[in-house]
Amino acid sequence: MSVKDKVAVIGVGYTRFGEHWEKDAEDLLIEAVYEALEDAGVTLQDVQAGWVGIFYDFTGCGGSTVSDILKWFGRPITRVENYCASGMDAFRNACFAVASGAYDVVLACGVEKILDQGSRGLPGIGEIGHPVYGSVSAPGMFALAATRCFHVHGWTREDLALVAVKNHRHGAAHPKAHFRREITVEDALRAPMIAYPLGRYDCCAVSDGAAALILARPEVARTCRHKDDYVLVKANALSVHTMLPMYQPGFDYLGWPATRDAARMAYAEAGIRNPREEISFAEVHDCFTITEILNYEDLGFCEKGEGVRFLREGIPYIDGKLPVNPSGGLKCFGHPIGATGCRMLVEVTKQLQGRADGLQVRDPRLGLAHNLGGAGTTASVTILGRRD
Amino acid sequence: MPVIVSCGTYIPYGRLPRETIGRSWSIPSAPGERAVAGPDEDSVTMAVEAGLNALADADPAAVDGLFFATTTAPYRQKQCATTVAAALDLRPDILTADFTDGLRAGLCALRSACDAVVAGTARSVLVVAADCRPAEPETQAEQVFGDAAAAVLVAREGSGAEVQGSFSVAGEFVGPWRTERDRFLKSFDARFELNYGYVRNMVAAVTGLLERYGVKPEDLHRAVLAAPDLRGGMEVVRRLRIDPRRTAVQDPLLAGVGDTGAAQPLLLFAAALEEARPGERMLLAGWGEGGDAFLLEVTGKVGCGRSVQHYLRTRKVLASYNAYLKARDLFRREPYVPKSSPVIYWRDRRDLLNFYGLRCRNCGTVQYPSGRACFACGAKDRGEPVRLARRGRVFTFTLDHLVYGDYSDIPVPRLVVELEGGGRVFLEGTDCDPEEIRIDMPVELVLRIVHRGAGFNNYYWKCRPVREGGVS
Repeated sequence: MSVKDKVAVIGVGYTRFGEHWEKDAEDLLIEAVYEALEDAGVTLQDVQAGWVGIFYDFTGCGGSTVSDILKWFGRPITRVENYCASGMDAFRNACFAVASGAYDVVLACGVEKILDQGSRGLPGIGEIGHPVYGSVSAPGMFALAATRCFHVHGWTREDLALVAVKNHRHGAAHPKAHFRREITVEDALRAPMIAYPLGRYDCCAVSDGAAALILARPEVARTCRHKDDYVLVKANALSVHTMLPMYQPGFDYLGWPATRDAARMAYAEAGIRNPREEISFAEVHDCFTITEILNYEDLGFCEKGEGVRFLREGIPYIDGKLPVNPSGGLKCFGHPIGATGCRMLVEVTKQLQGRADGLQVRDPRLGLAHNLGGAGTTASVTILGRRD
Repeated sequence: MPVIVSCGTYIPYGRLPRETIGRSWSIPSAPGERAVAGPDEDSVTMAVEAGLNALADADPAAVDGLFFATTTAPYRQKQCATTVAAALDLRPDILTADFTDGLRAGLCALRSACDAVVAGTARSVLVVAADCRPAEPETQAEQVFGDAAAAVLVAREGSGAEVQGSFSVAGEFVGPWRTERDRFLKSFDARFELNYGYVRNMVAAVTGLLERYGVKPEDLHRAVLAAPDLRGGMEVVRRLRIDPRRTAVQDPLLAGVGDTGAAQPLLLFAAALEEARPGERMLLAGWGEGGDAFLLEVTGKVGCGRSVQHYLRTRKVLASYNAYLKARDLFRREPYVPKSSPVIYWRDRRDLLNFYGLRCRNCGTVQYPSGRACFACGAKDRGEPVRLARRGRVFTFTLDHLVYGDYSDIPVPRLVVELEGGGRVFLEGTDCDPEEIRIDMPVELVLRIVHRGAGFNNYYWKCRPVREGGVS
C-alpha cells in the first residue's frame, strides 16, 4: 500500500536539543507533544493512537512511556526501536495507520534522555550483542568505512572536515541546535581523535531531546489550523540490512545498501526519477561526516565515488542547488537516538511551510529526510511535499 | 622409544630492559632484558602459540593427548588443557591434563607423555609448558623472571630427538613457594634455595641418569640445564664435571628472556635443537622439588614452526616501567565488568576457540560467525564447518579511542580481516603500533584474553602484523 498523499502532517513540535541537565524524559516529551498539539490546533483527546521512537530502555520501555508521561490512557500506543532510525520508523508506522483508514489523527514522536547515564559516547554500546566477538564504538563502526573510502577514492580527513564546517555554518543560525558555533577546517583537523580517522568534529554529539508530529488524513487536515499549508507524505520507506557488515563477505564499505534500497523504494513511491533535480533539500543522517558524504551517493544525489566532489562543488550548502542539512544536522543537534528521525521530519515540514527556525531553504517543494541506524543497518527515507 | 618429532616456542613481543626496572626503584639492575606478556596474554594464550608452532607441520587430528604444564594456571578449579586443545583444534577423544604448581611441571609432563607412548595408550602427545609468574615489585625476581612458552610433540616413532632414558628424583624442599593466598612468589633465603633447592636436585637427577644409562659426562654433545640464574647454572655444570669445551652447554637465555619457570627446560631444549645435528647425544634436566633428567639422541630434524631465534628478534621494548605495570596488571584500577556468559562461550566454542566457520554448499561462500542462513545467498542450513585460516589481510580498520573495557593501551585497533581461503572477521589488533596498520597488511591470528567479564577469561582471537616474512 502506498501512503502517497494519504497522510498529512498537521502539527509539529520539538525541544531544543542539547544538554538538558534540569529536565527528564517527561519534561522533554511533554514539551514536544504539546507544542505539536498546539501547532495542529487539536487536543490530546482528539488523537486516537500513538507511536514513539525510543532506543534505550533507560529512557522508557513500552507504550506506557508515552501514556504515563501524558496521562493519556486507553489508546493504542507502541514503542518502536530500530537503532538510530527508531524515530523515523515510529513515524512510518503512524503513517500506515492513517493511510489504511484505521485512524483519523495520530501521534508520532521520539525522545531520548542520554546524558543522565554519564557515559562517554553512547552508553552500553559495548554490551550489545555477543559477549566475546569484538565490540566497537559507534564512531568506530563508521570509521571502518572512512578508512576504506580513503584507500579506494583517495579522500582525506580534510574532505570530511568540509562536512562539519558546512553543517556548523548552517546550525549556527538554528535556535534549537545543541552547537551554534561556526568552525574551520583547521578546528576539525586539530580536534582529538575519537576513532581514527574520525576526530571529534567528525562525530555528532550525545544530546537529549524530543520531537513530535501530529498526522491526520488529508480530509481532516483541511479542517485544521494548517489547512492551507499542511504537508503531505509522498513516500516512506524502510530497509534493513546487517548489523554485522564487518563479517559480511564482499561488503565494500563504500556506502550503505540500506540507504540505497530505502531511497529506491521511496523514489518509486513518490514518482521521483531524478532526485538531484526533483528534491528541493534534504535532512540526512550525518552521525559522522563520512556518513553524510556516503549519503549523497546512496541517496542518488551523485554517482558512486563522487560524494566529495558533490560537496566541494557547493551543491549541498544552503545556497546550493540541493541543500543538505540546512538545520545543521546531527552535527549541530546531536543525536538523542529516538528523537532524531522525528526532529528531521519536523525540520522538513517547517521548511516546506516556509517557517524554518534556522536557515530557510528558498521555495522548497519536496523535502527528503533520511535516518540511518546501527552499523548502516537500518535506513528510513521519508519524502514530504507541499499540499498543492 | 619415544621421539620428540617437533617442538615450538613462544616469547611475547614486549621486553623490559632490567635497567629500566633498576632505575625505577633506584636499585642495581641485572644485565639484559626480560620478556613481558601483554595485558591480553596469560599462560594459556602463550601455550596456544607454542603449540601451534609445534603442530606447524603436523595434523592436529593425529594427536592423542595434550598435557599443559605451568605454575600460573589462570584457574584454581578448571582444566586449562581443554582450552589449549580446543584452540589447537585437537580431537575431543583425547587425554588432556594440567601439570601444575611446581617448576618440575614441564618435565613431569614430558616424562608422562613418554610413558604414555611407550605404554601404547597414545601414538603422540603434545606437551606444552608456559609460565608468566607475577613477581613482587622491587625484588630480584621482578628483574630475573621472564614470560614464555614451549611445546614438544612426543610420538611413538619417527625421527627427531629420541628419548633414550629418563631419571627423576623427588626431593621435598620448601622454597621458593606460593600459597593459594599469595599473589607473588615467596622466598626464605636465596642462597639456601639456590644451593639446596636448585644445584643439589639438578646434580642428583643428572648423576642418577648418567649412572643408570652408563653415560659419562664427556659422552654428551650437548647439555640443556634449567637455570634460575647464571652463576647457579655454572655451578651445576662444574659439579657434574661437564666440560663446556667438549659439551655444548645451552645458554639459559636469561639475558634476553629471563627465568621462564616451568617453561624454561622445554624452551631451552627447543633452542638447543635448533643447533643440534643428527647423531648428537643430549642431556635435558630441570628442577623443582626434586629434579628430572632425560637422555636423548638426535636422529633427524626436529621441526619447530617459528624458531626461538625468530622470537628473540621479534620484540618491542616497553616504553617505561609503568607500561610493564599495566601489562601485568600490577596496579589496581577501577574494574570494568563487561557482559560475559559461560553458556554462550560453551555454545559457540567451535567458532570461538577451534575457529570454524561455515562454507555454504549452495553458493560456496565462507561465513563467520556460523549462522543458520548463508550471509550471501540466504540458504538455510546448507553450511558445512570449515576450519578458518589464521592468516589474512586487513580490509579496513579503525583505531578506536572510545573503548569500553579494561584496556591499558588506547587506541584499540579494530580490523576487518579477509582470511586466506575465505571468511571475513572483525578482530582486535595486538602486539602492534597502531600507526603501522594499513589496508592490505598481512596479519596472523593469536589467541588472547579479550576480557574477563563475570570473572572468567574470555579467550578469543586477535590479530597482529606478520613479522619477518612469516613462518620460518
